[in-house]
Parts: sequence; C-alpha cells; structure tokens
Amino acid sequence: MSEVVPSEDSFTSAAGKQLLIFAALAFGGIALLMLGLSWASSLTGSASGGNNAVDVASNTITVFLREEPPQLNSSLSTDQVSGSVLGHVIEGLLRYDENNRLAPAVAERWEVRENGATFWLREDARWSDGEPVTAHDFVFGWKTGLDPANASEYAFILYAIKNGEAINKGEMPLESLGVRAIDDHTLEVEFERPLAYFDKLVAFSTYAPIREDFYRATQGAYGADADKLLYNGPFVISSWVHGASLKMDRNPLYWDKDRAKLDAIDFAYITSDANATLNLFKDNKIAYASLQSENLNNAMELRWQIDRFMDGSVFYIEFNHREGRPTANHHLRKALQLATDSAELVYKVTKLPGYLPGESLFPVWLKGVDGFLREEYPANYPAMDVEKARWHLAKAKEELGIDEFPPLVLLSGDNPISSIQSEYYQQVFKKHLGLDIKIDKQIFKQRLAKMLSGDFDMVLAGWGPDYDDPLTFGDLFASWNLNNRGQYRNPELDKWVRVAQNEQDVQARMDAFGEIQRILIDDAVILPNYERGVTYVTHPQLKGMVRRAVGADPDFTNAWIEE
Amino acid sequence: MWQYTLKRLIQGVITVWFIATATFFAMHNVPGDPLINDRSVTEDIRANLEEKYGLNKPIVDQYFIYMGNILRGDFGISFTQENRLVNDIIREHFPVSAILGILAVVFAGLGGVLWGALTALYRNRLPDVVIMFLVILGISVPSFVVAALAQLALVNVNDVLGFSLLPVAGWGTIWHMLVPSMVLGLGTMAYLTRLMRSSMLEIVNSDFIRTAKAKGLPPTKIFTSHQLRNAILPVITVLGPSIAAITTGGFVVELVFAIPGLGRYFVQAVQQLDYTVIMGTTVFYGAFLVFMVIVVDLLYGWIDPRVRLE
Repeated sequence: MSEVVPSEDSFTSAAGKQLLIFAALAFGGIALLMLGLSWASSLTGSASGGNNAVDVASNTITVFLREEPPQLNSSLSTDQVSGSVLGHVIEGLLRYDENNRLAPAVAERWEVRENGATFWLREDARWSDGEPVTAHDFVFGWKTGLDPANASEYAFILYAIKNGEAINKGEMPLESLGVRAIDDHTLEVEFERPLAYFDKLVAFSTYAPIREDFYRATQGAYGADADKLLYNGPFVISSWVHGASLKMDRNPLYWDKDRAKLDAIDFAYITSDANATLNLFKDNKIAYASLQSENLNNAMELRWQIDRFMDGSVFYIEFNHREGRPTANHHLRKALQLATDSAELVYKVTKLPGYLPGESLFPVWLKGVDGFLREEYPANYPAMDVEKARWHLAKAKEELGIDEFPPLVLLSGDNPISSIQSEYYQQVFKKHLGLDIKIDKQIFKQRLAKMLSGDFDMVLAGWGPDYDDPLTFGDLFASWNLNNRGQYRNPELDKWVRVAQNEQDVQARMDAFGEIQRILIDDAVILPNYERGVTYVTHPQLKGMVRRAVGADPDFTNAWIEE
Repeated sequence: MWQYTLKRLIQGVITVWFIATATFFAMHNVPGDPLINDRSVTEDIRANLEEKYGLNKPIVDQYFIYMGNILRGDFGISFTQENRLVNDIIREHFPVSAILGILAVVFAGLGGVLWGALTALYRNRLPDVVIMFLVILGISVPSFVVAALAQLALVNVNDVLGFSLLPVAGWGTIWHMLVPSMVLGLGTMAYLTRLMRSSMLEIVNSDFIRTAKAKGLPPTKIFTSHQLRNAILPVITVLGPSIAAITTGGFVVELVFAIPGLGRYFVQAVQQLDYTVIMGTTVFYGAFLVFMVIVVDLLYGWIDPRVRLE
C-alpha cells in the first residue's frame, strides 16, 4: 500500500465497534455450529474413548492401531496389523507363548512325523456362539486358504500339506487335500514331502480354523465386521468402527479361564503418525508408543519405561543377477561388498535406536540347535577393505572387457530412511571405487513392479519372517523362489535349501543354514544393511505385554494392570 | 436463472466425466498395480486375483464396465481394505471430513473477513502490522508443522494443568474438533485475511464511499453496507474452491490427530495403487469441487445483482 488513505478517527472507532459486534456474533455462531456438528458427528458413531491409558476400575487398557486392519478373514490375511488383531481373537492349533515358544492352543497335544502329523484337539475349545471347535473347522479353513477361487496370497504356506500346491493351481479337486478329521477332535495331516517344521507353520494365521456354516452365512463378507467373524481366542471383537476404533472384550467361553487378565482392550486410535502416538502417550491416553531417535533423550530424562525388541525384519541391498546386468559379475559384487560397512551406516548415518548393523540374511534372534543360530554359525562377514575392493573392481572390468562401468541404478523407496541410505551408498561407492550410482526413487508398488521386472542393478529390499524357523529366510534365494527378485541362481545353494526343507535332524538342518549363509556372503548375493529394532515406551502399570518378531505383535493376551 | 443453473450443471457433469476418464487411464499407466505385494504370488494365484477384480480384461473394456458401474452408483470393492465397498468408505468417512471441513471453512471465512477488515481499518498501525506478520506465517508454514506443534502445545498444556483440557487426538466430541479444524483452516484464513484487506483498501478509496460519507450516512452504515458488503465479494469467490481444498486436503491433519476422515484414504490409495479407491475418491471429490464452484457462482449472483444480468 503505497498510498496512505487519510482516515477519520471517529469513523475508525465507530467501525471498530461495529466489527467487535460482528466478531461476537461470529463467535456465538461458531459455538452454535460446533454444537450442531458435535451432534452430527455422534450420528457417524465414531466416538474415541476419552479413557486414560490404563483404567484400573474397568480393568481396561487403551492403545492404538497403526492402520485399519485390512483383512480379518484368516484365510486371506497377509499383513501385520490384521495378524496382531487375529492373534487376540482367533486361535489355531498351536500358538507362541510369552517366551516365544510353541504352546498348545486348540490342540492339546500333537505328533509330527516325517510324512505327516496328528493333532488331538481339546474338547472344551468353543466358538463365541458356544459351539465346539472341531477338527472339521481346521479342514475347512485350510481348504478355503487353498481354494483357487479364494485367491489367497498366502496359500503357499499351506503347500506343505499333500496336494496343496496342485489344488491351489486348480489341477486337483479340494477334496484331495491331505488333511482329514478322523473324528471331531482328531486331525490327521499328510505332508507333500518330508518336513521337520510343520508345528511352527500351524501357528500362522492362514492355518486358523474357520467354521463352514458361519462362513457361508456371511456370503463372502467373512471378517468384514465385528459380527461377521466367529471368535475362539482369549478375546472377542465387541465393536469395530471402521477407520476409527476397535474394541476387544474378554471371551467368557475361552477354554483357558486364567489366561486373559484384562477385561477389555480398547484400540481407540488409528494412526501411523509416530509423533501423534507419542503425544497421546504423554497425555496418558495410550499405554505404549514407539520412540524415534529424536525423542529418545527426552524419554530417558522423563524416566519412562523404555524397551527394545527386534521386529524380525532384515534389510539389505539385493543385486540383480540377471544375465547382462553388470551386477551379475561376481567380482563387481565383491568390490561393492568390501567397500561398505554396515556399522557405519547404522551408527553414524541412519542413527535409528534399536537397529543392528546387518551381517547376514539370518537375523540374530533365530534359534539354532540349542541356542541362537548366529552364535552357532557366526557370519564372519568380511571387514571393509578398500584395497581388496579395488582389486576386485579391476578384475571385474577385465572380465567384462570394459574400462569404465556405466552408472549403476539403485532402486529405492520414497521414505526418508531409504533416501538417507541410498545417498550414503552413492557417496561411498563414488569415494572408494569411483563408481557412479543413479538413485531411482519409487513409491511402494512401483518399486515392487520394477523389482519383479528386473529393472534395476541394486535395490534396497528387506524381508520379514512368516514362521519361527530359519527357513523363512533361508529359502529366499533358492532358484525357484518367486521372491528371489534378483533371480540369483546357484545349484549349490538350492541343494542346501532342499536339505533344510526335508531333513529331519536338527543338526543337519542347521548345518545347511550355515552353508546357505556362507554362500550368500562368499558370493556377495546381497549386502546386509541392518536388522530393524523397535524402541518403545510402556505405561508403568501395564505389565506382560509381549512384542515378537513372529506371530501377533503387540500381544496383550497375557497383559495385566498392576495396581 | 434456471437456464443458467441448468447450463452450469451440464458443464459440471462433463467436467466430472473428464476427471474420471483422465484419472482412469493415468492410474492404469503407472508402473505396477494393486495386486503386486511384498510376497510374490504364483502365476495361478495372480490369475485368480485378476479374475476376481476383473483386471484380466482389456483396458478399454474395463473402462466401460467401470463407467457403467459409476452410473449405477457402484464404485466397487477396495483392493487394500479387502472387505469394504468404496461406497461404504465414502459414506462412513466423508461426513467426518465434511464436519471438520465445514468448521475449518467457517473459521477461515469468518476469521479472514474479520481480521482483514480490522487490518484495513487500522492500516499501517500496530494491529495491522502484528496481524499481517502472523498472516505471512500462516501462509508459509505448512500444515503438518502447524498440526504437530499444535498437538505438542496441547500435550504441554494438559501436562501443566494436570488434567485433559482438550483431547490430544481422536474424534467424536465437540472438543476433539476444535483444534484440528483451526489448524486445517489456518492457511486459508491467512490467505483470506490478505484478500479481504486489499479488497477493503480498494473500496475505501472509491467514489461511492466518498458519496456516502458526503451525504451524511452514519459510519456504521457505511462500514457495514458499503465497505464490508462490497469487499467481501472476492472472498466469496475463492471460498468455493477453498471449501473443496480444505475438505480434500485434510490428510495431514487427519493423520496427526487420528481422525477417521476420507483424506487418508484419498492419499493412501494413491500410494497403494488401490484403483477402486483412487477412482471413487477422485470422482467423488471432483464432483464435490465442481458442485461447490457452481454453488458459489449462484451465491455470487445473489450478493452482487450485476452478475445475474450476464
């Protein structure tokens, strides 16, 4: 405003008073409007609990979900949030206990043989409508998981059962599945091929029971709402407002009366925003929250209860081994391997609390013969050695008959951590090896599409476990594995994977994993980055919450409130 | 008038059809598809999934099937929320976004007009300088920063008081909507304040105000009927698109305050390439935006009779 308009003070003050009256009216109007909207929002029926994190009187805890559970039909469910919810309300033959060991659930006892298994079901296991849980419910649940019309993405985990794969491909009828209910409480399973870890598989949610009459009555909407699901776990879902909240009550019909101690678990908030959950925790509205590095010091000053656990996932650079790709060359991969140091990445670059530098495809928490696999079979990952790396690089150039490598494409996710990592590697490879790296940042689905079509040289990838056996990682680079997206092909590795799959002897199996680990490192199939850890805070009165890498996480089935 | 309304509505339908068509083909041309997931599936399962969602048909067939379904009001089933109809997602979550949006727009509109009038009235004096400084902040600080800071402030206030004055996040009561809607409306309010201020200053200098003063009208009458009423027109013009922008742009605020609105579905669907949800929310929001613009145009004619003549 270059021109100052001469104004009369009397006009200004009169107009100012008028404006004040309008402001007062606006204020009143907004208050009225808010009352109206508040009434309208009560019609949408999505009231969040105003409860405190821990409520002793009602024996209830309030927590959050990272996202709306995408799929509570156990035969179709694939994601972690749904898995956590299902772990509270539906019980399979076996489950993981608070020490992450297999424990009897619907099956009272079981016997796993070389070619089959028998499960004896307890007679007091009931569905939430009072009917008993029978062996027929498992047969139906497994057949549903394999039914080609059902198109389950996790059907492969049922391939251990005889004819499972053929049925899923539509080559054989559903009836030919190698499982049958001898009577209501005895389940007999035949394996496709010898298998030593079937008991670990049945704890997975795809192996959960589904009752046929109820399933059919929902007409394709099984698991879509709280009343479209039948429960047999320690808790039942009592209300589910989509996208807003989910509430569980203790299941009075559950066979183990003493197991669940909380009367209710209120998942009152659904948000993936880490700051929001931490703020809710500070405000005493939720009973646990994850910590990020910037909040760690603050949390320690406040003397909060801080814990850490490995969430099971391993992250690494996967090479493209397809013919014609520079990264198909052993010496180039060796050069890249010897030019990097995952400890530097984790401790100096990403600096995320709870993360461990990666050394192997097999994470540290996997069990071996007696103790931990990684203690019994150390990774012996080669230390950074720039001299040697340059020697391998020269060798690679010689073998490929080129003077200079073209820029290598590093496919990366679009989240901040991936960005930091890919820039770190870009700089390291340039500095030590003089290699140019082109970062190709893509959102989730596009990155997967490019991985599948092989449109990359290196990709920031990761893997999380499905069941508590090293094989859930060990078969990843087998030539037939669909998730081997760099298409690594090595008959020797395939041989050891077959041993790990079929061998009955624990020692021989673990030896096979040791060999797989050695090949992956010697041939630089991947460059491990880190194992993901989660640092979190819990309410001082909440006890017995279980975090785990495999199975429902977090698990409140054994949790209680300390008064 | 009726003819004009009808003409605008027909134009609106064509616009929405164009939005739907462009989105449909753009979406299908992005690399990847909703069926790709962390775990690769066999050819057979993939084929079964494609069959289930009708993705095995040629793209043009899919387009016509989809358009036919839209005409019947059926947006299909979500790929990521596998058991939910897109219609249900919109029906359950849009009201939440709308409530939040209405409140934010009212905050922004009333606030913008009042602050704008105030700054114009006290131009170049202390209230003007202070408010215009805040306006620059409001326009330039992105909403995710404001939202996070507002939430942190709430936590600290509750902490100091020792009880929950206002909830930190969540949805359901009058207290849950107060802070999020203010945060959501803040940017628009700042923008409207500036608009209102310059519009007021223009009018203060115009001939008809001098005439009004010369003929001895009382100051309150000049201010209300001549200055405010005329200065408000540009604000109303941008209010329509602002309503749509606020209602659709609530993603960050909804995420931070854990509000079950439609905004997060709108954004996450794109990240997840959830075809049906992308289409459903885009068409729905597109229609909503077009509708709001038409409403504002009609409202404009009511406030300023000169427009109706054209």
